[in-house]
Amino acid sequence: MAIGIAAWGLVAGVAMTKSGMGVPLAIFMSVLVYAGSAQIAALPLIAGNAPMWVVWATTLCVSLRFMAFSFHYRPYFAHLPRRQRIALSFLMGDTNFALFARRFDEPRPGVRHEEYFLGSALLTFGVWQVSIITGIVAGSGIPESWGLGFAGTMALLALTCTQLRSPVNGVAAVVAGCAAIAAYALPLKLNIIVAIAAAVAVGVLADRSGARQ
Amino acid sequence: MSPLEIFLTTIGMAVITLGTRAFFLLPKEDLPMPRWLREGLRYAPIAALAAVVAPELVMTQGHLVDTWRDARIFGALAGLAFYAWRRSLFGTIVCGTGTMLVLRFGLGW
Repeated sequence: MAIGIAAWGLVAGVAMTKSGMGVPLAIFMSVLVYAGSAQIAALPLIAGNAPMWVVWATTLCVSLRFMAFSFHYRPYFAHLPRRQRIALSFLMGDTNFALFARRFDEPRPGVRHEEYFLGSALLTFGVWQVSIITGIVAGSGIPESWGLGFAGTMALLALTCTQLRSPVNGVAAVVAGCAAIAAYALPLKLNIIVAIAAAVAVGVLADRSGARQ
Repeated sequence: MSPLEIFLTTIGMAVITLGTRAFFLLPKEDLPMPRWLREGLRYAPIAALAAVVAPELVMTQGHLVDTWRDARIFGALAGLAFYAWRRSLFGTIVCGTGTMLVLRFGLGW
């Protein structure tokens, strides 16, 4: 899994250098924000001198999917002290969410869950930061045609597959994929939100018709 | 943007992303929420992943690809096939990316 993260991190790092924001600020952003998709969405806006609130609105839209992760982690981690909950929140990401959800089915608190989360999240954090900083420093020395970005996409595809635990999950994934493509023209990456809403709606309807039979 | 503006923008972005990540973890009590929504949200994570991946595979510059000769599509299919066969995350990444690169450089797709 670390390969996918590393490839994706390199791409993000190179993209950040190309936006012309300077090495120190780029590193500052990747350590503090730690959200690849939000950073990449913000780059063209920063390079194009967009108002600050537009960058923030974009960040919010791209990050809304984290709320879904947060919702799922709650039964596992709600009992922890606030400081730890904030630290766990900072480390949340697509990869370790998918791994965690594959490993633990039953929503209940436990030390094992915390250790597993911390282990995978810290590893992800380390690999991501090393690779994105490498990308930032190496800059345009890495050509796009190496397919590094595609390796990152493949990693996410594999993670999507790990979540296919029921037929309804599969339908929800297909609905979300189609909706995201159909709504691609929406600004601020809102197509992701439209896709989630559509998939949740289909999931609820499927559950209901299933319960009635 | 000036470096100072980028600095402030970055701080804001950090606060916003942390806010969304902590949204359901911070409150002491469960947020009131109808049951259908609580159950429906189970589908949100897989939907989020699929929604990020799908456009990356079949869209170029905001448009749906208009040819089946696109290396990414076959790369993704190869990756999916490998996952169905071996259930290996690493293998899926290598197989998918490898197929894509072979088609792109071998056949010029």
